[in-house]
Amino acid sequence: MSNQEKEPLFSAKNMKLLTSPFGQNNPVTVQILGICSALAVTAKLKPAFVMSISVMVVTGFASLIVSLLRKGIPSRIRIIVQLVVVASLVILVDQVLKAYVYDVSKQLSVFVGLIITNCIIMGRIEAFALGNKPWPAFLDGVGNGMGYGLILIVLGFFRELLGAGTLWGYPVMEKLGLYEVGYVNNGLMILPPMALICVGLIIWIQRSRNRNLIEK
Amino acid sequence: MKGLRNYIDRIKPNFEKGGKFEKLHSTFDAFETFLFVPNHVTRNGSHIRDSIDLKRVMIVVVLALMPALLFGMYNTGLQHFRAMGVPDTAAMECFWYGFLKVLPIIVVSYAVGLGIEFVSAQIRHHEVNEGFLVSGMLIPMVMPVDVPLWMVAVATAFAVIIGKEVFGGTGMNIFNPALLARAFIFFGYTPYISGDKIWIAGLTKGEGVVDGFSGATPLSDAASAVLTGSEQIAWTQGGPWDWFVGTIPGCIGETSTLAILIGAVILLWTGIASWRVMLSVFAGGYLMGLLFNLIGANAYMDIPAYYHLLIGGFAFGAVFMATDPVTGSQTDTGKIVYGFLIGVLAVLIRVVNPGYPEGMMLSILFMNAVAPLIDYYVVQANIRRRNRRVKLAKR
Repeated sequence: MSNQEKEPLFSAKNMKLLTSPFGQNNPVTVQILGICSALAVTAKLKPAFVMSISVMVVTGFASLIVSLLRKGIPSRIRIIVQLVVVASLVILVDQVLKAYVYDVSKQLSVFVGLIITNCIIMGRIEAFALGNKPWPAFLDGVGNGMGYGLILIVLGFFRELLGAGTLWGYPVMEKLGLYEVGYVNNGLMILPPMALICVGLIIWIQRSRNRNLIEK
Repeated sequence: MKGLRNYIDRIKPNFEKGGKFEKLHSTFDAFETFLFVPNHVTRNGSHIRDSIDLKRVMIVVVLALMPALLFGMYNTGLQHFRAMGVPDTAAMECFWYGFLKVLPIIVVSYAVGLGIEFVSAQIRHHEVNEGFLVSGMLIPMVMPVDVPLWMVAVATAFAVIIGKEVFGGTGMNIFNPALLARAFIFFGYTPYISGDKIWIAGLTKGEGVVDGFSGATPLSDAASAVLTGSEQIAWTQGGPWDWFVGTIPGCIGETSTLAILIGAVILLWTGIASWRVMLSVFAGGYLMGLLFNLIGANAYMDIPAYYHLLIGGFAFGAVFMATDPVTGSQTDTGKIVYGFLIGVLAVLIRVVNPGYPEGMMLSILFMNAVAPLIDYYVVQANIRRRNRRVKLAKR
């Protein structure tokens, strides 16, 4: 990173790479990527959180590594090289999860392995990491991972709260005494279709606040 | 009447452009046209104006629903008193009991649904549409009588916002809002809309219920016979005649095939519902029943095919839900295909999957989604046919 001295590490441009995926460039609600896993793992908050961290780690480091290798990768076989990088990282993450949070790893089942095929990762590598220096590429990867994670956590929060009446396993609704007044958990929130509707609602809210995002 | 007209004319300027309550224009307009026939005149071009506008159509459908609703109220009371061991209660008393049970559900459904419609009309500066007049009546009629009122409110809100307003309001919805409300409760709060107890008022609490009384509907009788693998279905609610008249447990408006048929006659006579859809739903269900008779793998498959048309919500769905002009097919051939597949799928779901005893709701919602596709192919076929004719003429 010899050229980096001219530009401070957290310049405005670099910070924008990190923060824009939260709002106007969110991978899930604006680019509509990674929907499959967003529906599959968000029935509870804890798996959603673990999944967010995993994807963030993979996007960040995959972008970093590919960006470091970018001058040496022949463009005809770049997809294979990218896949090897991503797959190795995913295997690392998977092993760590199995070692330290085994129960969550069981709940996430195949979806950790399927991070390899998550469109966000390949999208960021192709669109950004291949043409940028390692540090911005790393920030961009982490930023997109966090933007994805934000949606997952919001979804997981509402789906667990309304669907199971708990948060991170803590029985919120029971402690509030809502069951005694006739409140019942909504089983539909646990089912994937409702997660899709929830993503739609988030997109709706976001677009009504930021009208630039509405397609003509 | 004159006084009312004068009053409306007096307050009208407040709601016009530049008036005090300009924002509430569409609310005012909705009430004005509800009370008086609008005196809009065609300004330019020649158009044909028919006095039958959306409001009159809706009112006729609500009228057609009345026989089923009134019978539903009577039946609610009848079933309740049977469960309590006083089957000889006078008809008026039954009706009054049912009326008091059903009225709150209707009030909640209308209040929530119309409330959302009015608010969204103000926000989007639209006219208030009358589409909810019918949905608001259909929703209570496809609910079990013991359903908690807040669930009706949540389900109605879901159906109106997600099912209708998101797509652009009345006339733009893909799915039937009333069935969407029911599906929401069915998947969200399953124990409150399935099983043997919830169909009769007071049976869930169990106070004063006759020993060994069964509140199972014919549908659940049949489904449980499949689940237990028994040779014979133990019908607990009389025979075909009782199912036709409707003195059986079930959703509020769906039990009486007779009352529903009276409604069907009103709809067909006024030309509001399509006979193609109605007839083909019944035909589809009947033929599918016959097909299952040929297979005959379990007790449910062996029941006479016309049983399917009498039990559960089949008739109600065929007459009031499938004929919804917005969510169904628009072409004549399409209507026949659409209706026929609803009947076929409803019976298929009922018989093959005892986990979902009422296939009618699911099959109509499914066909709602497929209806535009059917129309597309009907139109394409027509284009192809006419193209061929043109080519022949050229040669």
